[in-house]
Amino acid sequence: MSKAITFSKVTQSFERRGQTSIQALDDLSFEIGAREFVSVLGPSGCGKSTLLQLLSGLLMPSHGTISVNDQKVTGPRDDVGIVFQKPTLLPWFDVVGNVTFPIRHKGLSVTSEIQDRAQELLELVGLKEFSARRVDELSGGMQQRVSIARALLLDPDILLMDEPFSALDALTRDEMSFELLRIWSAKKKTVLFITHSIPEALLLSDRIIVMTPRPGRVMEEINCPFQRPRSQETLGDPRFAELSNHIRGSLLKDNANQPQ
Amino acid sequence: MTLSKQLFALTERFGALISLSLVLLLWEVGVSLFNIPTYVLPPPSDVFAAATGIAFGQWFSHSAATLKVVLAGFFAATCVSIPLAVAISSSRMASSLIMPVLIAIKATPVVAVAPIIIVVLGTGDMPRVLITFLIAFFPIVVSATTGLALAPPELISLSKSLKASGWRELWDIRLPYAVPHIFSGLKVASTLVVTGAVVGEFVAAERGLGYLVLFSTSNFDVATAFVCLGLLVGFSLLLFSCVGTVQARLFPWSLPKDATG
Repeated sequence: MSKAITFSKVTQSFERRGQTSIQALDDLSFEIGAREFVSVLGPSGCGKSTLLQLLSGLLMPSHGTISVNDQKVTGPRDDVGIVFQKPTLLPWFDVVGNVTFPIRHKGLSVTSEIQDRAQELLELVGLKEFSARRVDELSGGMQQRVSIARALLLDPDILLMDEPFSALDALTRDEMSFELLRIWSAKKKTVLFITHSIPEALLLSDRIIVMTPRPGRVMEEINCPFQRPRSQETLGDPRFAELSNHIRGSLLKDNANQPQ
Repeated sequence: MTLSKQLFALTERFGALISLSLVLLLWEVGVSLFNIPTYVLPPPSDVFAAATGIAFGQWFSHSAATLKVVLAGFFAATCVSIPLAVAISSSRMASSLIMPVLIAIKATPVVAVAPIIIVVLGTGDMPRVLITFLIAFFPIVVSATTGLALAPPELISLSKSLKASGWRELWDIRLPYAVPHIFSGLKVASTLVVTGAVVGEFVAAERGLGYLVLFSTSNFDVATAFVCLGLLVGFSLLLFSCVGTVQARLFPWSLPKDATG
């Protein structure tokens, strides 16, 4: 399997004015295969947002290299789409205008082909009838669907998702997890999914990278053995509870060893 | 609906009209009751008489002279302040270079500078427009600068990840996010420009409502001064509501949801 994302010995530290530098990531190495769904799971302060910025080319690592599709990341690239924690839609555009925003923002014109593509993506995320609506008329879950469609517009190979459902209420969150599985089965992308939630990571991923905080390191990699397509029944699988307990246990144990 | 409820609804609807009429009535009655001389405080009936005492053409020409300065000052303040705000928010260095100058200008009492401006720039509309501009530009700069910093960092990340130019980031994301703030600055400025124009006319003018206030009060014609005052208040309110209308028409999304109905 070819490698979509490679982190090799990545260290990232930030200079704080007049203070000692803060190390966000320490000697981080992992690989993600093409069309693999991998979650990065860890407590606050494990450098998840740094990871995202590095991968999207907005930040250069202090040491080590990051490669996407076997090319070293030296800046932002079109083959990486991002979904943020908050939908961050533009209230002055309607739904379809938000989906086509990346094209216009790059200074390109929205051709009828792009329009069709946007409509097709809206249908995929279940918002076909809402394309002409104002975005502030939509619920939080629907807004996040729009932002997923926006991230898919340039047809990236890789989708970065930064705790995309953490701002939603619990019920919508569950619903969106299954929706994401459905969308992913239709558009097989490599997904790097950043989350705080153990059940979310287990339900969605092929593999989970568990990270330790301050500085962020890989603590453990876990393969999710559940068959796809996953459903409500996956949650009832005895291995689900087992793995969930195992991850929670190791995160708690690590937390107890952390200097406060 | 009961009668009392209907009465309440009517009072709410025409609140401004009712309270204004009450003030005028008290004024009229008070002046005659306490025998206040007209050259100190004329009753509203005298003010209305004064309004019709001067030919419409005269009122029009004085109002037009003032309005010209008001609108030119407002236009200048808008055109200078927004690019200035963009420059200030573009970098910390630009901000530290520009802000002190602006604050120094703002700290200077414009009324005290006005005579100097007239001496330097001479008579004509130009010095009055400058005075108006100086009084009105600051709130627009401050609110636009605040607004330009409000775009969510995620959208700025998105913009950078799309390799968009700085201009596109400004035009597509930062400026629209600043629109509600720019308009609140414009609303404050819209009432200040009338003050500015009058200050300019107090210092040097041969026409205009501010000039007419000075001229008529020096002749103890307080009634005419009150008519001017009424017109100035009217222009202020008109300009204020125009700004609101422009915002509602061009940028309906920038208003709070309940306000758009």
